[in-house]
Amino acid sequence: MNAHHVPLERIDTHRWRIPRHGGMNVDGLVFASDAMMQTIRGDQSLQQVVNVAHLPGIVGHSIAMPDIHWGYGFPIGGVAAFDARDGVISPGGIGYDINCGVRLLGSGLSRHDVQGRMREVAEGLFRNIPSGVGARQQTVRLSHADLQGVLKRGAGWAVSQGYGTPRDLEHTEENGCLTGAEPQYVSQRALERGRPQLGSIGSGNHFVEVDYVAEVYDDEVARALGLFKDQLAITIHTGSRGLGYQVCDDSIKTMQRVTQQYGITIPDRQLCCAPLSSPPAREYIGAMYSAANFAFANRQLITHTVRETFAEVLQRSAQDLRIEVIYDVCHNIGKFETHTVDGQARRLCVHRKGATRALAPGHPQLPSVYRDLGQPVLIPGDMGRYSYVLIGTRQGGEETFASSCHGAGRLMSRTQAKKSARGRPIVQELEDQGIYVRSAGRATLMEEIPEAYKDVRDVVDIVHGAGISRKVVQLRPLGVIKG
Amino acid sequence: MHDAGKTIYQPIDHTGDLGMLVFGADLHELFAHAAWGLFDLMTDAERIEPRIRRDLTVEAMDLEDLMVRWLGELLYAYDTDRFLTVNAVFHVLEPTRLHATVRGEPFDAVRHPIDTEIKAVTYHQIAVERLDAGWQARVIFDI
Repeated sequence: MNAHHVPLERIDTHRWRIPRHGGMNVDGLVFASDAMMQTIRGDQSLQQVVNVAHLPGIVGHSIAMPDIHWGYGFPIGGVAAFDARDGVISPGGIGYDINCGVRLLGSGLSRHDVQGRMREVAEGLFRNIPSGVGARQQTVRLSHADLQGVLKRGAGWAVSQGYGTPRDLEHTEENGCLTGAEPQYVSQRALERGRPQLGSIGSGNHFVEVDYVAEVYDDEVARALGLFKDQLAITIHTGSRGLGYQVCDDSIKTMQRVTQQYGITIPDRQLCCAPLSSPPAREYIGAMYSAANFAFANRQLITHTVRETFAEVLQRSAQDLRIEVIYDVCHNIGKFETHTVDGQARRLCVHRKGATRALAPGHPQLPSVYRDLGQPVLIPGDMGRYSYVLIGTRQGGEETFASSCHGAGRLMSRTQAKKSARGRPIVQELEDQGIYVRSAGRATLMEEIPEAYKDVRDVVDIVHGAGISRKVVQLRPLGVIKG
Repeated sequence: MHDAGKTIYQPIDHTGDLGMLVFGADLHELFAHAAWGLFDLMTDAERIEPRIRRDLTVEAMDLEDLMVRWLGELLYAYDTDRFLTVNAVFHVLEPTRLHATVRGEPFDAVRHPIDTEIKAVTYHQIAVERLDAGWQARVIFDI
């Protein structure tokens, strides 16, 4: 079905409703401006919002964030919550890169401290953090028992091995570990794919980036988060690597049959799902949480390498550098959370595929230092422009199951981007703007040129304008490591 | 329009995603072309030498599921053993089962520059269809 046929009603300057029709169980709710909606209508993502609304037990709305784009089954930028008793879980609604997410590290350094040293810093990070498709260099060799520990304990495993501090865990979503992981449901294939990859970035849009705080929009919150103007910060964007892809792949294959067995009709095979109370759902959740924990451990190990690299390149002590976790968020995840729907507290399985949790101030799951502020929401942009730190709001808590956007979204296809980048000295172009980029593959750099992405500011302005999260600071890149 | 007899595959190049339309005179050719298309999207399939053979068996619930699992199997061989497939001969090819001998070689960074890392083969809009002349399949990848 063509996206042009999806009925759409404007609610206000930031919101659109797709009224319930056909087999939809709830309305669709899309956050976008007029201009964005023109682009969104050009692909099939609105139809995907409609398709998700067909799934049994969906609660509230089938929601899309302003960075919505065409995904597989679920749109990227989609949020859907299902009743824990009569709803379903859909592996495609969480995605292949389970717990793909973003971690932001603050520091005691100002950008002036690395003036003239950024080339060395970028090269050091590139040397020490495995990246790219063919990466065989390993940060850590994992025995079978180690890998089980990673899957069970997430970032906590990494900290127990000396790769970080308990403070790091306090500043990570779910303390860096989803409890209830059942590694026995992770296939041998997934273990094999994941084992050599812990501590690596991967390729595509994943990266480690050195930034500085360019703009502060909310002094008080920025200070409370430990951020200040011109401060040096590091952003890590990666997930569960091959282990997560395989867990998702295994479960989507299994659920092709399960969906039929439970008599669930779906508009697209990729939306295959299982009732939350069923054994296949339990097995998937056990495996998916394990993959999520792998991702938390992955970002924790990379954090350790970042700390070591800065110490090595700048010849300064850890105490001096004060590289500390500001926060770590998942943006491909499914979790049980309690949210108020029509005045009633309900236990829901919230799917966020290309969307970030954004807890309101006062939420008990926030670390005590952030309790009164709300949850930091980390929104990376492209490698040439800027990224944002936002904070969760009450409005988001009530309207979107405490969710916000996750990034810029592509503007050009990869082929278009490569065509446009062909023959251009991309590394030099960025260096002329003061950004040192190192990448394992030229193809990745060409695909990731800044103009291949939408302006993340437009996306952030919508969630800020709609009040579902609020701008705190803008970060600008100084150095980027890509796969 | 593409003549199913001449074109091996055509990339589907969407903003955020990658896929392919694959063509074949019969099912055997369609599945062999799908393998070629997968590795041609990742690197240049013309530069993969058929030096090493492997035997594979895949079981599925229907023909579309078989296509997804077939390509998934080849992707797994690449991801774990760095094995790149260039061609395939089928001893059995039924809607729920295939048995194949594939040929290819291990990844070599010099000869096989990787254009795109494909994470998985999805079921999104999966289609394996008989046309007037030959067969066509649509496969979308997660990248």
